[in-house]
Amino acid sequence: MKVSILQFPGTNCEYDAEYAFQKLGADTEIIWHKSETIPQDTNLLVVAGGFSYGDYLRSGAIAKFSPVMQAVTTYANNGGNVLGICNGFQVLTEAGLLPGALKRNEGLHFISKHHHLKVQNSDNIFLKELSDGDVVNIPIAHHDGNYYIDDAGLQELEANEQILLKYTDASGNIQNPNGSVASIAGVCNKNKNVFGLMPHPERAMEVVLGSNDGINMLQGFFES
Amino acid sequence: MIKAIVNVYLKAGVLDSQGKAVHHALDSLGFNSVEDVRVGKQIVLQLNETDREKAMSDAKKMCEELLANTVIEDYNIELV
Repeated sequence: MKVSILQFPGTNCEYDAEYAFQKLGADTEIIWHKSETIPQDTNLLVVAGGFSYGDYLRSGAIAKFSPVMQAVTTYANNGGNVLGICNGFQVLTEAGLLPGALKRNEGLHFISKHHHLKVQNSDNIFLKELSDGDVVNIPIAHHDGNYYIDDAGLQELEANEQILLKYTDASGNIQNPNGSVASIAGVCNKNKNVFGLMPHPERAMEVVLGSNDGINMLQGFFES
Repeated sequence: MIKAIVNVYLKAGVLDSQGKAVHHALDSLGFNSVEDVRVGKQIVLQLNETDREKAMSDAKKMCEELLANTVIEDYNIELV
């Protein structure tokens, strides 16, 4: 299993992602954004979190024009698995690989804390180790995590089972920290090979750090 | 040289949290006549161009491709 992790100027979660996937037994490689290709043997491409290009203009808006993004789009269009975490999710929506957009949090504050998430659709490679209705405890750390999609888009997401995770309390009741439409924390594309979420499963790999629920989330990518 | 002033703001119907916060602040200052506040951003482009039509179509392309995210934002362009 080979995981390639993108690094833009301002990315700061690439080493957390590397730690998480190495813990699960993957070979990892960090790919600088100037690269025009991604490694041939990549099984999963991770767009890691952080503040690519200082979030200038809009989060993820400048990163989508980095040389590597052409290769990412080709990889995704050919069915390759892509996971965008936090700023990576923002980059993927800006690049048009995922529907919707991320706005400033409703309360205007940067939110950094553990939050419960309920699995909405586990019938995909990402969440297949979990079941619909499962609740996981995963850190969130974002300023622009307020997911927006219009009504027609939301209906399409629901019909195609593209909503992956919603923000909830520990019992699975909706609890919306940032104003996201339908409390959405993560979505995937129609083909279910491009995934994006604001929470950080790669930071939930050790009980001593508050939660290891990220293990079950990221393990899905490892073919059994 | 043509100067293009681009205003980008959240679409009507998309909740503008910053606008709401500013509205609230104005209200507490006693400016009670304010009906609504929208916060946007202004991008000023100096274009090395003399043809106004071309300048407008270039600026429009820039908005569509980068300056605005048309999923959530509208824009307008003024040439001066």
